[in-house]
Amino acid sequence: MKVSMVVNGVPRELETRSNALLVDLLRHDLRLTGVHVGCDTSQCGACTVRMNGAAVKSCTVLAGQAEGAEVTTIEGLGQPGALHPLQAAFQETHGLQCGFCTPGMIMTALDLLESGERLDEARVRAGLDGNFCRCTGYHNIVRAVLLAAGANA
Amino acid sequence: MNAMIGQPVRRREDIRFITGRGRYTDDINLPGQTYAAFARSPYARAKIGRVETAAALATPGVVAVFTGADLTAGGIGPLPCGWLVKSTDGADMKVAPRPPLAATQVNFVGEPYAIVVGETLESARAGVEALDVQFEELEAQASLATAMEGVQIHEGIEKNLSFHWALGDRTKTDAAFAAASHVTRLEFANNRLIPNAIEPRACVAAYDASTEDFTLYTTSQNPHLERLILAAFVGLAPEHKLRVVSPDVGGGFGSKIFVYPEETAAAWAARRVLRPVKWTADRSEAFLSDAHGRDHLTTAELALDAEGTFLGLRVKTRANLGAYLSTFGSSVPTYLYGTLLAGQYRTPAIHVEVDGVYTNTAPVDAYRGAGRPEATYVVERIVETAARELGLDPAEIRRRNFIRPDQFPYETPVALVYDTGDYEQSLARALTLADVAGFPARRAASEARGKRRGLGYSCYIEACGLAPSQLAIQLGAGVGLYESGEIRVNPTGSVTVFTGSHSHGQGHETTFAQVVATKFGISMEQVEVVHGDTGRMEFGLGTYGSRSLAVGGSALVKSAEKVIDKGKRISGHMLETTPDEIDFEEGVFRAKGTNRQMTFGEVALAAYVPSNFPEGLEPGLSEKTFYDPKNFTYPAGTHIAEVEIDPDTGVVTVAAFTAVDDFGEIINPMIVAGQVHGGVAQGIGQALLEHGVYDDNGQLMTGSFMDYAMPRADDLPSFAVDTTVTPCTHNPLGAKGCGEAGAIGSPAAIINAVTDALKVKDIAMPASPERVWRAANS
Repeated sequence: MKVSMVVNGVPRELETRSNALLVDLLRHDLRLTGVHVGCDTSQCGACTVRMNGAAVKSCTVLAGQAEGAEVTTIEGLGQPGALHPLQAAFQETHGLQCGFCTPGMIMTALDLLESGERLDEARVRAGLDGNFCRCTGYHNIVRAVLLAAGANA
Repeated sequence: MNAMIGQPVRRREDIRFITGRGRYTDDINLPGQTYAAFARSPYARAKIGRVETAAALATPGVVAVFTGADLTAGGIGPLPCGWLVKSTDGADMKVAPRPPLAATQVNFVGEPYAIVVGETLESARAGVEALDVQFEELEAQASLATAMEGVQIHEGIEKNLSFHWALGDRTKTDAAFAAASHVTRLEFANNRLIPNAIEPRACVAAYDASTEDFTLYTTSQNPHLERLILAAFVGLAPEHKLRVVSPDVGGGFGSKIFVYPEETAAAWAARRVLRPVKWTADRSEAFLSDAHGRDHLTTAELALDAEGTFLGLRVKTRANLGAYLSTFGSSVPTYLYGTLLAGQYRTPAIHVEVDGVYTNTAPVDAYRGAGRPEATYVVERIVETAARELGLDPAEIRRRNFIRPDQFPYETPVALVYDTGDYEQSLARALTLADVAGFPARRAASEARGKRRGLGYSCYIEACGLAPSQLAIQLGAGVGLYESGEIRVNPTGSVTVFTGSHSHGQGHETTFAQVVATKFGISMEQVEVVHGDTGRMEFGLGTYGSRSLAVGGSALVKSAEKVIDKGKRISGHMLETTPDEIDFEEGVFRAKGTNRQMTFGEVALAAYVPSNFPEGLEPGLSEKTFYDPKNFTYPAGTHIAEVEIDPDTGVVTVAAFTAVDDFGEIINPMIVAGQVHGGVAQGIGQALLEHGVYDDNGQLMTGSFMDYAMPRADDLPSFAVDTTVTPCTHNPLGAKGCGEAGAIGSPAAIINAVTDALKVKDIAMPASPERVWRAANS
């Protein structure tokens, strides 16, 4: 089947299997390898991307469901030398170690930042509970999100 | 950027990770690559009959199918265990051979017995489904508790006992108990854990028939060890024809130290199909086939006098090895466990016995802390329990028994010599930081809300940077325990550093650059750190046991000193004086008492443009070191947990967690704090959430993230961390290691707090809501 979508600002028309997942399309067909796969039960959040302005676990979306969608992956956020403030905050607070969960964590945190809610530690922790990190104990990830939100980190 | 040692320099590796440009193994795609899928045993124990491959081979897209018999016929040997442990009777441990693919019998659920190679992952998986295998199911022995009385798993290994190991003086310990006025006794399990690095294991293997060279990209914490084992023991390829590359690796925690069946079979298959073969575990495979951690059953007794002085400690442990001995499976419950049972204390007599037994479960090996969390749990649970039984303050009983600063070096009754420490200092700092003085008021406030509140201490010690090689080899280690470090100064004065350590989250690219830049007095931007490729550095032992900085960093310091020595010879010649008349400071070689000088960069250029070097002075500026430590390092500290329990639901909330650690000298405090945070999270996970469970038939009941409770952001508090410093006395950095301390100290602190809140003697880990609710309402 054919599927069309805008990925990181670029219109794409792709031939894919009807049972292909969005994550397969992004990782394998478009080689956007910043989109990671850490589980097979939609628990870990490493594959989180933004679809039409909201965070989704791309392992839980069929490629066909993204027809006509605007998809943003970590590669489409900020670039080396022109980081998004959230990316910069992750580096500033040491919010990552091995880096594997980081793209999904950042894309999820973006939802929190853009929610307009007043963020505090408890809200950030609740908002990140769909994303596993095994390295940081979440301590510095929470600080990163609060820093980017302009809250006291 | 200020690169000086001790500064919280932001990590240079972060840029690629936060922009999605990391290069993990599964991100690598080679032209013409195929995909592998493994056929795995659905039974915990079964004989393999006929394996009919015709239907699998006829499946569209399937390229090849290889079984255990094919690998055996191809000369691929069993995966070895790298540490030979001896039983008390002097006999070698009994080893059940572990073929990369089972050929005649499977011994745990998930054990691979065939590899299917396909044009796509889907076709490979379809091929696995089409395999027709006749299994004869056999009775399995999955339970550790009954393992020595149950079904014998392996031929020739009675009672499923690989070894009965002991350490310490039994007679002296028995005498201490006979003289004791009080004996505290505990029986408990150290729960089985599943490591779960968020990046699953993976490999991409390629074979070039024209040169007979293999290249294996894989998720390894120690690529040179992987190469050595695959070459010397498994027979995959000669060592010089096998390049192992560990690119970015998404966490290890021990589970990626080991040589596994999958990359072995995939690499062998790449030679047979003459195309690259890629395999990436899905999470379900990771649960089934990664080496698990912990899993002990222990009885511990502490003998005390009336004042609470420790007289003796007696420990008996049954350790689960799983179905086979994994790469370092034998060393974890023995040399990394029994040797730590003195803790921070002067206990004069200790005796420990360990039965290492096989079960029909996944192999058990090192997981963050590896033996030392188990030892700390024994010591710190029994010390806290003794304090309660004797009515002593838990801090006071520890103070009375601490090894004092003036007693170092201190030889314990269990074979270690601690070089330095100040345990009272870290305890005192932790008591302040945790505001223990304010605890009674906080407890009263909790109780007023119908909650229960508890406080728990854990004063842990660990041994890092396994050493020295000579001793380790005498004790059965199959490899030395040194590390290599090479510094190449380029002609323009920039520096390329090659380390045999491997970073999979620890930040070596930053920390090691800080060390080298500081030594040379140059900017950090002038220093590049390279790791994880047997094709680029000559040897290394990789990263585990919190060894990278203490051992690998020390190798770099030694190499830097050699570079400076050579620089003095070069600049001495150029400045028309002798090398011993040259001072090197802040990047400048200066003739003493003169204004004649050369910068580091000028010396580098001169080294490669040797216009008039005298006889005996070689061109070039490149030095390497194999650094073999003289002793372990001994990080130690105090962790204090404060928990609040809702007796109506059994939910335990970690209200506060304080860690004060002595890691010796610190290069980058930001990275060190991050290591503590992560370790503590894993320890809290062990204490409250995580448990790898098999049923009696050997089926894994916790085979997904829906069944195995990983700590999530809202399960944990922010942590209060601080450090005290007693520099390590025997390495040039004074560093001890910080990678595992968090996971070592924290489980005992949490369970001490939970039992304090509940006023019970013990509760099993993980202290799940059900267990806590039952304890609170019984």
